[in-house]
Amino acid sequence: MEILMAIVVGILITIAVYLMLSKSLLRIIIGTALLSHGAHLLLLSISGLKGGAAPLLGEHAKSYVDPLPQALILTAIVISFGVTAFFLVLAYRAYQELGTDNMDQMRGNEGND
Amino acid sequence: MTNLLILPILIPLFTAIILMFFSKYVKVQRGISSLSTLATIAASLVLINTIYNDGIQTINLGSWVAPFGITLVSDMLSALLVTTTSIITLVVLLYSFKSIGADRERFYYYPVVQFLLVGVNGAFTTGDIFNLFVFFEVMLMSSYVLLVLGGTKAQLREGIKYILVNVISSALFVITVAYLYSVVGTLNMADISRKIAEANQPGILTAIAIMFLLVFGLKGAIFPLYFWLPGSYYAPPTPVLALFGALLTKVGIYSILRTYTLFFYHDTGFTHEILSMLAILTIILGCIGAIAYWDVKKIIIYNIIIAVGVILFGVSTMNPEALEGAVYYLVHDMIIKAALFLLVGVMIAITGTTNLKKMGGLIKEYPWLGWTFLVAAFSLAGIPPLSGFIGKLLILRGSFAAEAYVGAGVILASSLMVLYSVIKIFLNGIWGTPKEYNGISKGHARYLWMTSAILVVLAVCYGFGAEAVRPLFSQAAEVLVNPNLYIDAVLKE
Repeated sequence: MEILMAIVVGILITIAVYLMLSKSLLRIIIGTALLSHGAHLLLLSISGLKGGAAPLLGEHAKSYVDPLPQALILTAIVISFGVTAFFLVLAYRAYQELGTDNMDQMRGNEGND
Repeated sequence: MTNLLILPILIPLFTAIILMFFSKYVKVQRGISSLSTLATIAASLVLINTIYNDGIQTINLGSWVAPFGITLVSDMLSALLVTTTSIITLVVLLYSFKSIGADRERFYYYPVVQFLLVGVNGAFTTGDIFNLFVFFEVMLMSSYVLLVLGGTKAQLREGIKYILVNVISSALFVITVAYLYSVVGTLNMADISRKIAEANQPGILTAIAIMFLLVFGLKGAIFPLYFWLPGSYYAPPTPVLALFGALLTKVGIYSILRTYTLFFYHDTGFTHEILSMLAILTIILGCIGAIAYWDVKKIIIYNIIIAVGVILFGVSTMNPEALEGAVYYLVHDMIIKAALFLLVGVMIAITGTTNLKKMGGLIKEYPWLGWTFLVAAFSLAGIPPLSGFIGKLLILRGSFAAEAYVGAGVILASSLMVLYSVIKIFLNGIWGTPKEYNGISKGHARYLWMTSAILVVLAVCYGFGAEAVRPLFSQAAEVLVNPNLYIDAVLKE
């Protein structure tokens, strides 16, 4: 199961890199979202997937899953959600202001003389 | 156990929340944010005093015992950096009153600066590797807002690139933490260090060390990961630029310093060798940039990159004296970079241009500005007895003791290049024939100059009083040399 997840993470990150290398701003943003999905899936699978029951520790608990990666992934999802939302709004604003979503036309060379 | 060390994080946090309710009352915002930053400085000074007398301070949040909950740890290094950060923020706030413009002031400039302070102080204080990621994100989110606030074309364009770079580096940070957790099974930094020492750092941990270098190197702008910095830092207005230049890259450097002295000190032949080579290349490429440009902002921006290289080279030698020098130079560089950006900002505000070829003769109308800039420039280049000299002297003595002659030579040569690049600003911008300018009025310029002069005076005192503050820096370096002090303070209570 972990090996399958590792392959899925690899595929997600490959697609993310491909998208982020394109010129269109919207594709780049989708790429960053996929990249963080890959990172989160990796975070989820690090402590073993079929470890046992719910992460509850009782006096007689024989098997339980490590709750820490789940807490981490929750935090990381919230953060990447916020950043992606901000990024989308910024992209829209930049499109209004600059009139393009092509990264090739956003080089900006002033001040480089 | 004391709650003192959480104050430099909590005070700015609550101030930011309160300020959001007063966004249309500019004067109220100015008053509250300066008072609360003063309170932050006071708290951090008391913290330095407490650590000096009683040793490392820790606090377990939610009373979960050390390796299980989130621990905040303040050793001398953290406390010194927190204090410097708060002082710089106060001066930049005073400078902003007359330079940032009413529009930005009404659109949440002051709350966002306080959130930035939360992120930076938190990153310096935390003792938990995932919590470090969270504080990084708090800091980055505020920096995104500060970078695009105002919405000019250059800001939006550079903001996109800056966010993209940082989103990628954040994803890498999460991946690296995931790997580290799967190997050592803990997130508490002291506990990680103990577990790595027990396992004697197998090969996989060395690979993780290189991934950490990648993540923090992107934030701290080392070669070859500094490519985003000159463009992004060029876009925002002067006070924001000063905050970024003085604080953000330094958080990256602090994280490398912490992880490479606390976690990965077993296989220095590999990891620290790479760090030292990258540091040398960073210095060389920073020098090329600083010499090449005729734009005052760009020259100082490339000087950030040189300083990153100098500090990290001091870290890479792992010599006690060089580490002490690196810490001293880190604090020096925060102060002097903020001062230089603010002074250059005054020049730009007066002349209305950033191009050196269109400036000249400022010394006739603004003599005080000229001489203050000269002192700051000498301090940056490291002319004795100013503060840059003492930091570089310690780093050089340490590297000679560690027989790292190439790096020592490059640092010495870079000092000349730094001197050349800032004297170029002095000769062409401040000396020379006066020209007609239609920038800000003289009284306005005097206010901006006076606030930036606070930092220059501080830098001069820091250099002349080096002997007096030396015990603090020895104490900071002691923890870096001997990680067991840190581990014992966190885990054995």
